Amino acid sequence: MKTPRTAGLMVVFLSISAMALVAAEGNWQRRVPDADRQRVNPYAGQPEAISAGHLLFKENCAKCHGSDAEGRHGRPSLRSQHVIHATDGELAWLLRNGSLAKGMPTWSSLPEQERWQIIAFIRSLPHDAAPAPAGSRP
Amino acid sequence: MAQTPHRFFAFFCLRQDRSLHGPPWLEPFLHSLLSSTPPRLGALLFCVLLARAAEPIAAHAQEPPYYVTYSEVLEEPGNLEIAQKGTTGAPRDSNGFYSATLELEYGAKAWWTTELYLQGQATANDSTVFNGFRWENRFRMLPTEHWINPVLYVEYEDVNGADKSVLEVTGHDSIADFQGRNADTRGDVSRTMEGKLILSSNPKGWNVSENWIMEKNTMGGAWEFGYAVGASRPLALVASGRSCTFCRQNFSAGAEVYGGLATVHDFRCNDTSHYAGPTVQFDAPRGPSLLFSPQFGLSGNSAGVLWRLKISYEIQQFRDLFLHKEAQ
Repeated sequence: MKTPRTAGLMVVFLSISAMALVAAEGNWQRRVPDADRQRVNPYAGQPEAISAGHLLFKENCAKCHGSDAEGRHGRPSLRSQHVIHATDGELAWLLRNGSLAKGMPTWSSLPEQERWQIIAFIRSLPHDAAPAPAGSRP
Repeated sequence: MAQTPHRFFAFFCLRQDRSLHGPPWLEPFLHSLLSSTPPRLGALLFCVLLARAAEPIAAHAQEPPYYVTYSEVLEEPGNLEIAQKGTTGAPRDSNGFYSATLELEYGAKAWWTTELYLQGQATANDSTVFNGFRWENRFRMLPTEHWINPVLYVEYEDVNGADKSVLEVTGHDSIADFQGRNADTRGDVSRTMEGKLILSSNPKGWNVSENWIMEKNTMGGAWEFGYAVGASRPLALVASGRSCTFCRQNFSAGAEVYGGLATVHDFRCNDTSHYAGPTVQFDAPRGPSLLFSPQFGLSGNSAGVLWRLKISYEIQQFRDLFLHKEAQ
């Protein structure tokens, strides 16, 4: 009799976690704590960091966001107005935490310095002129 | 469906804009192969290997360098990792062996990774046998990063007694498991449910992971327990601006300890086996990752030294192969 009870508990645990995941989604920018939002990229504008960020981007991000960062297969462009208007701290928060329900994994196991280098590269990209369509947030 | 193999190979050889994806000297060859009817699959496979080898940057996972311990890192959604985990050793009073595990790991969602293992082993002066399969699923439990990140692991395994992969140690697993003859042990099949609570942290560039394991043979027997703990760090935390192969950022090193904690009836460390060892991983810029780890038995029940080697390659966005043309 213990095995069905354990399985039932696991199902309940999984269900609660799934609900927590869904409930926590929405506009990711609203969930960024103020302290994180105000963080500054220590590598901002540094050519060496942008170059390193480009290599890291090709290795880790390009398959979803495209080698030109304009998005692929419905995945969001990183040249959009949403990304342009996000602070470095907000992008750092997104890279660290991901947006799991929308398919963006966490990149917390990449060293923080490398995440900042990726952000420095994203900031160096030319911008899309038009506003981003609704629902295309990273 | 008839188009699927062609699309599969075209995926590797073509860019999104349908231009060729490979070095210039390979392009005429690729063109002739892809325009042939029917497609010449053998030659296309060759082109895949050449194109992949010539790619300046390819994919590898962000996984810490552990062989037994799991971290909170899941496969990125849509990616497929193919890995071969090899273990060899020569425990006392038994023949040397080589155990091979083929691992197919797929990121179903950003919070869910599913994985299939197929296992076999060869023992000197004995035989080569297929051991069975395992199907595991890992679920990330919290939507954001925390000081400790929990992941729930659920596995079903159908493996016979000749298994020598030592992918985890539970209960009273011991050196005696290596000493039977394959003909005697292969008939002893166990169908087991296994759960793990994976706890993982990433402080200041380090990864520290702890796994608490419980396992139950559905054909009878008590709950068995085990543990695995690992810590690791990349050799460089800042990436170089130049593409390089043997630079420090491509290496990570660490150590892991794991062992059994007996059963629910006798929860203790006596009569159990424990191992520890350093691990080092090289993520080649052209794709595969290599993990090497000698792991040393810490108790009398342990099997001397186990030499571990894992080779893995990640196919990024594997699921895009199956999108409709319109979606692509």
